[in-house]
Amino acid sequence: MANPSPQDLVQIEYQPAARDWMDAAVEFRKGTFCYSALPKNLNYLGLPNAREWQPFDVDWKLPPNWKQIILDGMKDRLGKYRSFRLFMDICVRCGACADKCHFYIGSGDPKNMPVLRAELIRSVYRRYFTAAGRLLGPLAGARDLTEDVIKEWFYYFYQCTECRRCSVYCPYGIDTAEITMIGRELLNLIGCNINWVLEPAANCFRTGNHLGIQPHGFKDSVDFAVDELEELTGVRVDASINRKGAEVLLVVPSADYFGTPHYYTFLGYLALLHEIGLDYTFSAYASEGGNFGLFNSHEMIKRLNAKIYAEAKRLGVKWILGGECGHMWRVLHQYMDTMNGPADFLEEPVSPVTGTHFTHARSTKMIHICEFTADLIHEGKLRLDPSRNDRWNVTFHDSCNPARAMGLIEEPRYILRNVVRQFHEMPENTIREQTFCCGSGSGLGTDENFEMRMRGGLPRANAVRYVHDKYGVNLLTCICAIDKATLPPLLEYWVPGVEVAGIHELVGNALILRGEKQRTTDLRGEPLAAATEQEVAHA
Amino acid sequence: MSRAVLPLACVIAVGLAAAAAGTIHGVAAMVTIAIPYAAFATLLLGLSWRVVRWSLAPVPFRIPTVCGQQKSLYWIKSSKLESPSTTLGVIGRMALEILTFRSLFRNVHSRLEPGPRLIYREAKWLWLAAMAFHWSLLIILLRHLRLFVEPVPAIAVVLDRLDGFFQIGVPIVYVTDVVIVVALLYLLQRRFREPQLRYISLATDYFALFLLLAIALTGIVMRYLVRTDVVAVKQFAIGLAIFRPAVPQNVGAWFYAHLALVSTLAAYLPFSKLVHMGGVFLSPTRNLANNNRMKRHINPWNYPVKVHTYEEWEDEFREKIEAAGLPVERR
Repeated sequence: MANPSPQDLVQIEYQPAARDWMDAAVEFRKGTFCYSALPKNLNYLGLPNAREWQPFDVDWKLPPNWKQIILDGMKDRLGKYRSFRLFMDICVRCGACADKCHFYIGSGDPKNMPVLRAELIRSVYRRYFTAAGRLLGPLAGARDLTEDVIKEWFYYFYQCTECRRCSVYCPYGIDTAEITMIGRELLNLIGCNINWVLEPAANCFRTGNHLGIQPHGFKDSVDFAVDELEELTGVRVDASINRKGAEVLLVVPSADYFGTPHYYTFLGYLALLHEIGLDYTFSAYASEGGNFGLFNSHEMIKRLNAKIYAEAKRLGVKWILGGECGHMWRVLHQYMDTMNGPADFLEEPVSPVTGTHFTHARSTKMIHICEFTADLIHEGKLRLDPSRNDRWNVTFHDSCNPARAMGLIEEPRYILRNVVRQFHEMPENTIREQTFCCGSGSGLGTDENFEMRMRGGLPRANAVRYVHDKYGVNLLTCICAIDKATLPPLLEYWVPGVEVAGIHELVGNALILRGEKQRTTDLRGEPLAAATEQEVAHA
Repeated sequence: MSRAVLPLACVIAVGLAAAAAGTIHGVAAMVTIAIPYAAFATLLLGLSWRVVRWSLAPVPFRIPTVCGQQKSLYWIKSSKLESPSTTLGVIGRMALEILTFRSLFRNVHSRLEPGPRLIYREAKWLWLAAMAFHWSLLIILLRHLRLFVEPVPAIAVVLDRLDGFFQIGVPIVYVTDVVIVVALLYLLQRRFREPQLRYISLATDYFALFLLLAIALTGIVMRYLVRTDVVAVKQFAIGLAIFRPAVPQNVGAWFYAHLALVSTLAAYLPFSKLVHMGGVFLSPTRNLANNNRMKRHINPWNYPVKVHTYEEWEDEFREKIEAAGLPVERR
């Protein structure tokens, strides 16, 4: 089936249908949901109820006691997570969150209003865990847990990217990401998962990265990048792997060394870290910063994340540097230390170049490469020629998690202002803590989910279009691997003519390396703007 | 809309039943003494029970929703209130949230126009109505102290004067009386008028609004229209407060209705969404500092999980690792 055109997609009906929302029936229409996880992935990770099934099947082959499993799972989590118990109780349905969700804006489906997404599970909570719900039923907003409800949960909890934008506007800070995470955990208990989450998770568990790249493949990728960087700049960098005694362990999302345009950012890291002479190593065992466990269960986060500290300890590094990635940093910032710490075998990160102590990471001992680079620029340690990025008119997309989990807002902007000469912000309601998701986060970036991704990405793309039309912006920068993978098709769909790049790609372009040859191309191998002009002048 | 009918009927029924019952000799004690005591006991116990239950559930992870620049490099100005890294900052953030509804103040409405073009426009009415309602309610509650305490506490006197600042009418009209009714009507009409809100509204949402509105209106009637014997009411209220209750004389049907509605609210509150008044203090996305990488947060139920260890990984890929020339732990 062909994908719908933008003109068709934008005919959005915001009037809710007459049908009461407590009616759980869901239509699994192609393009709006993700396929089920393959049994081999569940088996590899030791997850329950591995089987062949698809969401559009009538029979989901749930275990016979599925209902008890879900209710027990809810009870267990109500006792373990204050967030969950509280958010089940205190919503007043004021509706402030309704039009803050990119999926609601892009689909008009009322169950994509964060308040209703939460009510899907709250209604079951009321029915089985509160006196009012048991006594009054629907009057108190309670409904029975049925197979249709499970299907509805599956549809809508895999139609939330855990971006936390609604939580910014909620007067009680109710965080739909918490609800979705718990919702997915519950579904996981009866084997209702999606492959786009579990395959990367299984790969990561086994090989060390989402893509399933084995150690020799990882080595090849890095070697290839080193060769390519030499071709582009004339400078041969050294990038070691699994080297004991290095000062720093560098962990990046695997897409950085295997995806485009991530790869150019990877070249940027290599150039930068070589130029300043950082003593660092990669790890083929911890060759993934991303963590699709975040989209599966808290336990899976911990299982996948454990490698980073374990490897830092084994290699004997002093601290850890992390690349550009969104949900990776949610995990590193808000979960890693609690789950797998304390990292008492590491030291507080100190930049060997500037002497800056990153005291804000004194416990976790891991810093973001944007923090590291911003410090280098501020202390005047880099020679930069921003004119090399003149072909780009740039804007910056705050990736959800660095913005709303970390508050990493000014660092990337500071870097950008030093490496490009044309920079324009998107409208205020669409950046910083109010930033809009790419629409494909939290494991939803699959082709079969294309229509829903384009819908969810509409607000982001529309803000890009605004600066594209107004200022001629032609490059959307971001610091998230999922963004870099999913924004290009999104922009091609909604606002053709704008490309996507990481911050460190532009750093790599602008960076004047010692001993570099006359740079005629950027890291993409495309002619530098200045060179193009000269050629035009010659012609 | 149909979800609003039953709640409205319930509220009216409570008011009418109380008004009627209060005049029946023998039942009056039930309406004026037994029910209010039972209701307030339910409120205290119920709310405590809710708060204790929330408190007993641990906060396994530090998950603030960060709404501003983190504290990182010394030359980048961090947002001390929107992304607090200290306890003081968190207190400030919570104060803003609880006293001024900071997050609701951010509200904007999005609208899709042809193009397509998404337009975001300011939407402060909900915030304004919410502020108006909650602050009025607080002031009105404090004003009621003058009925329960003798001599009248200073705060009640001051609020009384401020509230009657405009000195309009006899008796002087309280600003909060007007404001709370207007605010409640605004909050009610948006549940009817806005399709999305109508869609998500439950019977309990309407019940709370009708109940509050009925309480406000019966109170207003007693003050401005059907004068009630304030001395008798005060005598009764003090009696309740010092646990020497006596059935009030000549207070009228409106008073019985008012009292019964307040009792209903008190008893209903712990079992309803109105517990948000206690819950907002505990919200982990707001009351935790964004100091995650500075200070380790402890999860009391952190447990060991199955991982793929380095040794297992090396064993599985040994040949490939060695062929690639990468170091291994064991040959």
